[in-house]
Amino acid sequence: MKVLLLTGRTVEQGREKERSKFSREYMESVAACYVDEDDMKRLKIDENSNIQITTSLGSVILKARKSLRAPHAGAVFIPYGAWANLLMGSETDSVGMPSFKGVPAEIEPSPDDEVLSLEDLVKKHYRKA
Amino acid sequence: MPRISNVTCPVCGCLCDDIEVTVEGNTITEARNACAVSEGKFLYHQDHRLLKPLVRKEGKLVESSLDEAIRKSAEILAKASYPILYGWSCTSCEAIRVGLELAEEVGGVIDNTSTVCHGPSILSIQDVGIATCTLGQIKHRADVVVYWGSNPWSAHPRHLERYTAFTEGKFQRSERRRYVSRLGSSSTLKRLLRAAKLALKRGLRMPESPKASPESELSRKGRKMIVVDTRKTRSAEIADYFIQVQPNKDYELLEALRMLIRDEELDLKEVAGVPTDQLEEVADVLIGCEFGILFFGVGLTMSEGKLRNIDAALSLVRDLNHYTKFLIMPMRGHYNVSGANIVFTWQTGYPYAVDFSHGYPRYNPGETSVVDILRRGESDAGLVVASDPVSNFPQKAVQNLVRNPLIVIDPHPTPTSILADVVFPSTFVGIETEGTAYRMDRVPLPLKKVIEPPGGILSDEEILGRILLEVRRIKGGH
Repeated sequence: MKVLLLTGRTVEQGREKERSKFSREYMESVAACYVDEDDMKRLKIDENSNIQITTSLGSVILKARKSLRAPHAGAVFIPYGAWANLLMGSETDSVGMPSFKGVPAEIEPSPDDEVLSLEDLVKKHYRKA
Repeated sequence: MPRISNVTCPVCGCLCDDIEVTVEGNTITEARNACAVSEGKFLYHQDHRLLKPLVRKEGKLVESSLDEAIRKSAEILAKASYPILYGWSCTSCEAIRVGLELAEEVGGVIDNTSTVCHGPSILSIQDVGIATCTLGQIKHRADVVVYWGSNPWSAHPRHLERYTAFTEGKFQRSERRRYVSRLGSSSTLKRLLRAAKLALKRGLRMPESPKASPESELSRKGRKMIVVDTRKTRSAEIADYFIQVQPNKDYELLEALRMLIRDEELDLKEVAGVPTDQLEEVADVLIGCEFGILFFGVGLTMSEGKLRNIDAALSLVRDLNHYTKFLIMPMRGHYNVSGANIVFTWQTGYPYAVDFSHGYPRYNPGETSVVDILRRGESDAGLVVASDPVSNFPQKAVQNLVRNPLIVIDPHPTPTSILADVVFPSTFVGIETEGTAYRMDRVPLPLKKVIEPPGGILSDEEILGRILLEVRRIKGGH
């Protein structure tokens, strides 16, 4: 399903990042994608099932959560963090700022794939020379 | 047990300076008046922290002496031909000042986190100009408060309570009771619907909001709060009126409002998903207020249009000033990101993205901004202070950042520090080190030291000063 991807801050993300970014609580607060309830039905996905989100720049597996901020059919929300930023492009339209909101994306169920921990995500995508 | 009052919170741009901290031994046991995020920092900052400098040897980060880490960092920076020095919004103005001196010494590019938050706002303010004020004026006088692309309930949790809708001003009353009762009835309704769903085994929908007309909601006397956002955020739930704009359509909506305010005809039934008749009523409310304020967040700077969205917002406020008093302010995120812009400007003439590679400061965001430099793969070393770009930058920028030698100064281990070549643990500014920070309205406030740091841990300012001395020693051939 084609969607527009929004990212942003949540209180939970803000609180947990001040404690530790390597904690289970931090991961639960940011490795999640908030989807409109009607879109979840269309995709036949349940709360906390794994989904894949793909943009032209990357792809990531996250937990699907029912959005409490609905209705926003056709738009999904991911809190700021390393998971969301795998999906973002580094083009800045010559102003220095990448687009972190309103990014075209596609979501699909992905029950057989795992949500990577922060350590595993860093290991998989980023390497020292 | 000692209680320290009037402590300034080192978390967000609100810089709440009424925190009361209780200290037992050398541990903070209570932080009164703190929001959830602030409490997390004051009470739990000691968990999971770094205590020894680390240097990468044979591919692994191993503990080292401070002297060795300083020497290694200075060697990396002195040898580099185009290093980037990034972060700065979660440290003191005093540390930022030393960072600028270091950037000039090594001929690098120094950029702060506003480059990926309100950088476009700064560019637009330089183009259009801004009619703004301090938060104290808003507290006492504002009768219409607009949050556009901003969710203070989550990102600046005490902004409403200290400066806008929930605060008791000299000329404006707090609307807390009304908002709390509205939030309560909304929560009760949600609970009833959940119960009905369980009992009937089928979902029921929240009824459409009865407040269809802005006029009916906004015509009463007293403070009024309007939220414009793409989702019904927590802030939107308690607002008097919520305008749900389609993603990437803020520019259209702002320009439509400008047309209505200038009495021009809008020959459309809706703009950006908002019915025109509702927009007309909102325009009337904005014109009819005595003192209005528009707070805008990164919802405008990070979506399509970027600085042009801010052009439209600043121009909307300029138009409104033909009829009434209206002001505008960016909702600055990190606690000293305003300070970073201010200290950069004192020292170099420019607020961010400053390039010293020519021997004098140059500023051209899009070229000298850190994400663009990383995308093009031009830098050959990095120093990150009080920031975590591995969590906050796009993937390609991160790949190029960690490919080169990287130095990190941070109290916590972060995804950036585990990919660094040298890591310095530092003190928490505003908890273990005093300093100065600037609030989002550019008012400077003192940050207090309330407990002692662990033994051997230096502040950002001291570490940067030691690296600068060592760089000068290497470059001087001593």
